[in-house]
Amino acid sequence: MEKKDIIQSFKDSLFTGLIALALFGPIVGLRTASKGEGLFITPQWEVVFLLVGLCILGRFLINLNSARKTEITFFSKITSKFSVITEDKAKHFAITAILFAVVFPFLPFTDRYFMDVAIMILTYIMLGWGLNIVVGLAGLLDLGYVAFYAVGAYSYALIATTFGWSFWICLPLAGVFAAFFGILLGFPVLRLRGDYLAIVTLGFGEIIRIILINWYEVTNGPDGITGIPRPSFFGLPFKRSPDEGETSFHLFFNLEYSTMHRIIFLYYLILVLALITNYFTLKIRKLPVGRAWEALREDEIACKSLGVNPTNTKLTAFAIGAMFGGFAGSFFATRQAFISPESFTFIESAIIVAIVVLGGMGSQTGVVLASIFLIGITEMFRDLEQYRMIAFGGAMVLIMVFKPKGILANRKPTILMHGDKK
Amino acid sequence: MEYFIQQLVNGITLGSIYGLIAIGYTMVYGIIGMINFAHGDIFMIGAFVALISFIIFGLTGVALPIILLLVLLIAMLFTACYGWTVEKLAYKPLRGSFRLAPLISALGMSIVLQNYVQVAQGARVKPMQPLISGGLEFFKNSEFIVTVSYLQIFIVILTIILMGIFTYLITRTDLGRAQRACEQDRTMTALLGINVDRTISITFIIGSSLASVAGMMFVLYYGVIDFYIGFLAGIKAFTAAVLGGIGSLPGAMLGGLLIGLIETFWAGYVSLEYKDVAAFSVLIVVLIFFPTGFLGKPDIEKV
Repeated sequence: MEKKDIIQSFKDSLFTGLIALALFGPIVGLRTASKGEGLFITPQWEVVFLLVGLCILGRFLINLNSARKTEITFFSKITSKFSVITEDKAKHFAITAILFAVVFPFLPFTDRYFMDVAIMILTYIMLGWGLNIVVGLAGLLDLGYVAFYAVGAYSYALIATTFGWSFWICLPLAGVFAAFFGILLGFPVLRLRGDYLAIVTLGFGEIIRIILINWYEVTNGPDGITGIPRPSFFGLPFKRSPDEGETSFHLFFNLEYSTMHRIIFLYYLILVLALITNYFTLKIRKLPVGRAWEALREDEIACKSLGVNPTNTKLTAFAIGAMFGGFAGSFFATRQAFISPESFTFIESAIIVAIVVLGGMGSQTGVVLASIFLIGITEMFRDLEQYRMIAFGGAMVLIMVFKPKGILANRKPTILMHGDKK
Repeated sequence: MEYFIQQLVNGITLGSIYGLIAIGYTMVYGIIGMINFAHGDIFMIGAFVALISFIIFGLTGVALPIILLLVLLIAMLFTACYGWTVEKLAYKPLRGSFRLAPLISALGMSIVLQNYVQVAQGARVKPMQPLISGGLEFFKNSEFIVTVSYLQIFIVILTIILMGIFTYLITRTDLGRAQRACEQDRTMTALLGINVDRTISITFIIGSSLASVAGMMFVLYYGVIDFYIGFLAGIKAFTAAVLGGIGSLPGAMLGGLLIGLIETFWAGYVSLEYKDVAAFSVLIVVLIFFPTGFLGKPDIEKV
């Protein structure tokens, strides 16, 4: 590298530092805090200097070896190799993963905490797979997916607490309700262009949440619904001492009572639900409607001229995605036994969208990897709660910048006209 | 009747704030065709910078008009840096990428900015004592006295002045011409020797500065801010931009006023709890029935 270049990059990094100072100076450097009456400012200049120093150094290093190009190629080479491997060995990978998931509760190191995290990850995998139908296959960016999750959870909670019906009746009903809402919301808005649709769905998500907070008579407002019945093992409840004339799970199978029974049951429940979602998606992709989704995602005008009705086709994707969201929602309600509008904020939608996008839109394996990555990392850094959302948003930006199609990009059509010829 | 006039005054004030934010959305949409989802958070940062400078200058005891002017300039400067950086980091590398990529990137940026401010400034709401108090009272003889506070007058006048400067900038200067040329055809503009990247950067700077003014007004008007204000204000301003016809600058202002009025009247006459639902419903209805808004050009999709 020539001397001129070094001076140039030095100037460039100083400029970066100046901008960084302007960025971090007021917001980080002058922290406002209320003491008694009014606000006071506590300076935090050390942090600012540290951040500015890091920016200058980072910029200089990037300029110095112009690392960006090599890094990008390195990064994309690794990920594309990875996606090729996972695609080639998709079957093996899937079977191993499912086997591991099945034996997971009985592994020696699995304790209550691991099970809880695993259940959470599986819930997000299911939501991700549900949303993948809408975003990955049909190419509709839905930023209000949490609305259907909420509809499922609330309809389960309300039906179960009002009528006392069992989980197995309420679950499909919750799915039907969510799908119904999907059609209701989707019908007017699905004619809109992609980015408008994103904002409108976001608006719907917020409307549902505001209604949940304010419709006190039905939803109990911000206090939420408590005492949602727990699921039973095909009629056998998980209770230490069952009611009169009832047999509980541990008595029926002659086991020592343990709270883990219920957790393990919940784990298998969500595993089965998630696998059903996956199976359904894999099958429907090969049906005419699934192919129409993929075609619409690629070129809407071409689809229209070939006689595909875009609104109806999108509507089916929207409704089916919503239905799976509703199933996941009712699982959430029965697991928590308590729901409130706070569980269904916009950030929840953003997490699910991030899982789908980071995994690579349309890739089922990608969703699994992204859920484990995002939720697992989040759990590991529980104490750094505040910073984790920054890292989360930053990851979304970085992945879009370096790999706009996600980690495992899978935009190849599921079925080709001439078989598998490449 | 008096109540109606009071709501009208409040609505116009609120509408000015929304209008200033909406201009940022509509300009960016016009020039690069993306929804800058992080714009609401830029507005929030502007509000924070304004709050911090108000506190600093409040201690020095300078006369009020000078404080207002200084805070205005400082907020514009620092917030413009944010707008510029966001564009450089998150949107510029994505030009020519697939349709939804910039939107997702913007969503990530919005999450980053929100949580960054939460970490740096704390999650609690920040109250501020009112700086401009008092006002004019009308209809003193009737049951309901209509108050037009000096603050409301200040906000509306400042908006009108800024709109004047801004209109001059866009219609009369070279910069404005370059900007409008980029909106029409970026490739052709580049061929004619205009630095397109620079023009886009300047668009972001102007949009962010106007949003920061709106942020300052928000601090003065409501006296309470937190890191989450950008989300709702951003959505409403976007609604305003769509209502007025996205890509149209007078439309953004008109839409802002309409959204401000709709929200205030809804809160005043129908139900306070559901006032945010009103804004979202307007967005949906407008997008369905007239997606081009009032002053927008029809959007023809080409193959």
